[in-house]
Amino acid sequence: MTELKIHELHVEVESDGGPKEILRGVNLTVVSGQTHAIMGPNGSGKSTLAYALAGHPAYRITGGSVTMDGEDVLDMSVDERARAGLFLAMQYPVEVPGVSVSNFLRTSVTAVRGEAPPLRSWLKEMRSAMADLNVDSSFAERSVNEGFSGGERKRHEILQMGLLNPKFAVLDETDSGLDVDALKVVSEGVNRVRAGGEVGVVLITHTTRLLRQIPVEFVHVMWQGRIVAEGGPELADEIEANGYEQFIGAGVAG
Amino acid sequence: MGQVSMSNARSYDLAEFPPPSGREEVWRFAPRAALKPLLEDAPSDGRLRWETTLSEDVTLTQITSEQARERAASAPVDRISALAAKHADGARLLDIQADASHPEPIVLDLVGVGREPVTWGQVLIDVGAGAKATVVLRFSGAAQYAGNLSVVVGDNASLELVSVQNWSDDSVHAGHFATRIGRDARLRSVLVTLGGEAVRLVQTVDYDGPGGDADIRGLFFADAGQRFEHRSFVDHSQPHCRSNVVFKGALQGERARSVWVGDVLIRANAVGTQTYEINRNLLLDDGPRADSVPNLEILTGDVAGAGHASATGRFDEEQVFYLRSRGISEEEARRLVVLGFFADVLDGIDVPMIRAEVMRAVEAELGYRREVQ
Repeated sequence: MTELKIHELHVEVESDGGPKEILRGVNLTVVSGQTHAIMGPNGSGKSTLAYALAGHPAYRITGGSVTMDGEDVLDMSVDERARAGLFLAMQYPVEVPGVSVSNFLRTSVTAVRGEAPPLRSWLKEMRSAMADLNVDSSFAERSVNEGFSGGERKRHEILQMGLLNPKFAVLDETDSGLDVDALKVVSEGVNRVRAGGEVGVVLITHTTRLLRQIPVEFVHVMWQGRIVAEGGPELADEIEANGYEQFIGAGVAG
Repeated sequence: MGQVSMSNARSYDLAEFPPPSGREEVWRFAPRAALKPLLEDAPSDGRLRWETTLSEDVTLTQITSEQARERAASAPVDRISALAAKHADGARLLDIQADASHPEPIVLDLVGVGREPVTWGQVLIDVGAGAKATVVLRFSGAAQYAGNLSVVVGDNASLELVSVQNWSDDSVHAGHFATRIGRDARLRSVLVTLGGEAVRLVQTVDYDGPGGDADIRGLFFADAGQRFEHRSFVDHSQPHCRSNVVFKGALQGERARSVWVGDVLIRANAVGTQTYEINRNLLLDDGPRADSVPNLEILTGDVAGAGHASATGRFDEEQVFYLRSRGISEEEARRLVVLGFFADVLDGIDVPMIRAEVMRAVEAELGYRREVQ
């Protein structure tokens, strides 16, 4: 069993008016095999949490800690975190022109697994993972995320999640920009990885759409950089029915 | 869209090309201090060493300056190329017979044996009508070399040409890369400039008949103190020809400097022309400077397509972050991004061995050490 523990995390970003604190003491513990949802309206700090966990240089940690089985995650470089088993499915995956998906995936898998997979079994593994996500085989020769549709980008993220087999996966707004069919395919992809029972998953979303496809055990509501409510899946139903207003006071749309 | 800067006279007459003051449009970016010895009208017995093993059906011969004039793709474009034609003492001619087919690349290694004395040189490549060939030139060693490379692609012929400039750090190379494309003929040229204190290459593209297709590519990687200048002038003087010019450069370090000037002229009779040119430069740190000047001049109302683009940008750290977030080390991520940036030029190098060699050279420029697996 592995434990990802976020304790009193404070994060700021540079803004026009100087440093701006976005996360103001976030506490969250995820154990392998669990699936959590972090919900909250736009601007509540959800994506900042995701990027801060991944180590994006634009997000400065000003307090608190993140540990994985006691190991200090914040002390690790971006790639060390990934090799330690942390995965972030990005809301806006970056285009890398001229780098083919197959080259990228193999380089990444080699780095995370610590050795290059034998070519023959690797091709088989990659093709089967692509087929699972209804991705055309020509995908492998395209440049990473370049000219991808919204759905293709998200499938590509989940494809990576499956191949890298992380200990903890943070999925940032993975449902955004997906039509019903694509949402189903992507959710099935996530559920396949979850079925192994070993990955801890954090779904970041502002709607309950994804949660109807991926069952969660814990729901956390984020507002103004803090977790302001926690509960089971019933909390998501509550949000579905009544919006966020109940947690954060009047004047905020759900 | 500006007027082309290189459409002026081409000539063997040195009087046409007085020593430049630096104010001239074609010299204003040039590293004139480094080029000074190559601008002086003085004979020299300096020669490059040719290290070439040719198959039996390829002939490499020495011809006289007069013969070279008759067969060259173009007269010189500037003082340096006029001096090279004057002092080179003839030329080496690679003759590819009409209708010959050379599936294997013909590789010519030209090695500089020292900065002194200055070296004047001329190389002619003549691809006979209907022939098909791939030629690779590799320049290395130390030299101050003023050299003209002339390529004539006969009617219906097809040539893939790669020229790699990978000189020692104290070398200087300047010259004229003249190309002439026959009716329905095809040329793909890839200039790869990696090493040398200063390299200045002026490429001209002329058409001998309709249906010619020029795919002109270039890749350069300038380090601290290196000055690379690439100019191309595509002269559309025939109807229904195509040209596609792609130059990509990466620069890093103090006083790394690159210049790209791409001139395309579509003359009044060149109806149905299709042309596009693009230069993109990648600045890997704060030290370098890249100048990029596309000029497109259209003198006919009937073009099939004409466009140009130019952009110089900083290294995109978001790309590196994305790759690193998948466990890829920073060094490897930068390597992937830079090789990816060059991909559409590298893809134009049809010879796997040479493509791999260029990729390794780019990796070496990045300080990348390939792990032994």
